[in-house]
Amino acid sequence: MKRRYLDYSATTPVKKEVLEAMIPYFTETFGNASSIHTFGQIAKEVLTESRKKVANLINANENEIFFTSGGTESDNWALKSIAKVNKNRGKHIITSKIEHHAILHSCETLESEGFEVTYLDVDEYGFISLEDLKNAIRKDTILISIMYINNEIGTVQNIEEIGKIAKDNNVIFHTDAVQAAGNIKIDVKELNVDLLSMSSHKIYGPKGIGALYIKRGTRIIPFMDGGAQEKKKRAGTENIPAIVGFAKACEIAKENLDEHINKLSVLRDDLIEKVSNSIDDVKVNGPRDNRHPGNVNFAFKYIEGEALLLMLDAVGVAASSGSACTAGSLEPSHVLMSIGLGHEIAHGSLRLTIGDFTEEEDIDFIVENLIRIVQTLRDMSPLYQG
Amino acid sequence: MLYTDIVMDHFSNPRNVGEIKDADGMGEVGNIQCGDIMRIYINVVDDVITECKFKTFGCGSAIASSSITTELVKGKTIDEALELTNKDVVQQLGGLPSVKVHCSVLAEDALKVAIYDYAEKNNKNYKGLEGFDPNQVNHEH
Repeated sequence: MKRRYLDYSATTPVKKEVLEAMIPYFTETFGNASSIHTFGQIAKEVLTESRKKVANLINANENEIFFTSGGTESDNWALKSIAKVNKNRGKHIITSKIEHHAILHSCETLESEGFEVTYLDVDEYGFISLEDLKNAIRKDTILISIMYINNEIGTVQNIEEIGKIAKDNNVIFHTDAVQAAGNIKIDVKELNVDLLSMSSHKIYGPKGIGALYIKRGTRIIPFMDGGAQEKKKRAGTENIPAIVGFAKACEIAKENLDEHINKLSVLRDDLIEKVSNSIDDVKVNGPRDNRHPGNVNFAFKYIEGEALLLMLDAVGVAASSGSACTAGSLEPSHVLMSIGLGHEIAHGSLRLTIGDFTEEEDIDFIVENLIRIVQTLRDMSPLYQG
Repeated sequence: MLYTDIVMDHFSNPRNVGEIKDADGMGEVGNIQCGDIMRIYINVVDDVITECKFKTFGCGSAIASSSITTELVKGKTIDEALELTNKDVVQQLGGLPSVKVHCSVLAEDALKVAIYDYAEKNNKNYKGLEGFDPNQVNHEH
């Protein structure tokens, strides 16, 4: 059976060119970048080159890029360190209700340490209101953290305007750009962003590596104590093969960005249109415009998401859902609840995320099978009056 | 894999899906918040369950639990059917992940509520229903 992967927002396969770039750094050029000898110095050189490539994807300066173990670490580091450094200035943080758990749970930790957090509501498409943001800012607000692109429903926030508001009010601004970097043009010089989290495995690089962009002049303290790596900001021997892979993935993403966005958005719009036209009682979650180029999210009435995923998997289609059953919790996804979906429809959500290896033929296959599977499950459902 | 082959078989090829029009007994449990609603219908002749069907809104294990329950009680007497517990359902399915065990509880409860409905309508008393209150069925996970 041909397996079709439609879960690129969960993770992506490593591209061949990326893997090939990494391989020599496991076996031949394996030195520790802190060592004085040639092995070490070669590693140090490649570290610098890699940092430039990662910086280039978001138009940052190379000395503003700090490698971490991934998006979660970058988010934790940004929030907790900025809070700690600025605690004498204030104790108030602003974020949104639809952030990734790396942000939300970091905020909860900070709340338990005495910080106050405002969680901004979002509208039915997942956008925060800039007015709400302005109104939420207090004299003691030290940090705003708003995700660039939502991982479930693909909403692209107006980061530039949020950045302006933060700057006008002298508040530090962090954005979780894990779903954005490589899927949208990012220029930190135009954005008024102080900190930005990135992850490698969402853009065809290896897992376990990411970065935090820290704008020059932003005061931050280390999250990890130890050696003097990453300008004494993030200790631990650099994971050179992963960094090389991440850098290669950034380089490819930068080169092909327009083509990537065009290809994905055509497939995305096609999938949304075909499913909307051929299945009744389906809602498209997330916005029409300002949407992640590869994100599709439906809610099918009368059926439950996990059952849908299992039936799709049985025909080789890999997808995800915001249903409570898939999360092992009692509540459907916080994102779907925040955009105002009722329980009955949030349980029937399906996320299909398109990537560089998705083909038109996959879309047709999915539509055909979705029509059948949704009907099969509806015929079993006591909520459906066919 | 998340589920055993038996669960996947009952999920992919569910037995006895559907409604019984004017069923002798019907039981519905679960709630929309948790994402599971299970409805079981029974027809009874001479205290024997001659027909049993289900309709379920829920995950793979909820559908499989409903399906196997209908199979297990078809042809059984009411007293025998009332002895069925969620543990039997889990065992017959070859096991369920711990977070999904509540699905088997829903199946046991839906069946009991259906039998209670039948007993009420027909003024019957069954030992297995002593102390059973359909309104006290735990609808939370």
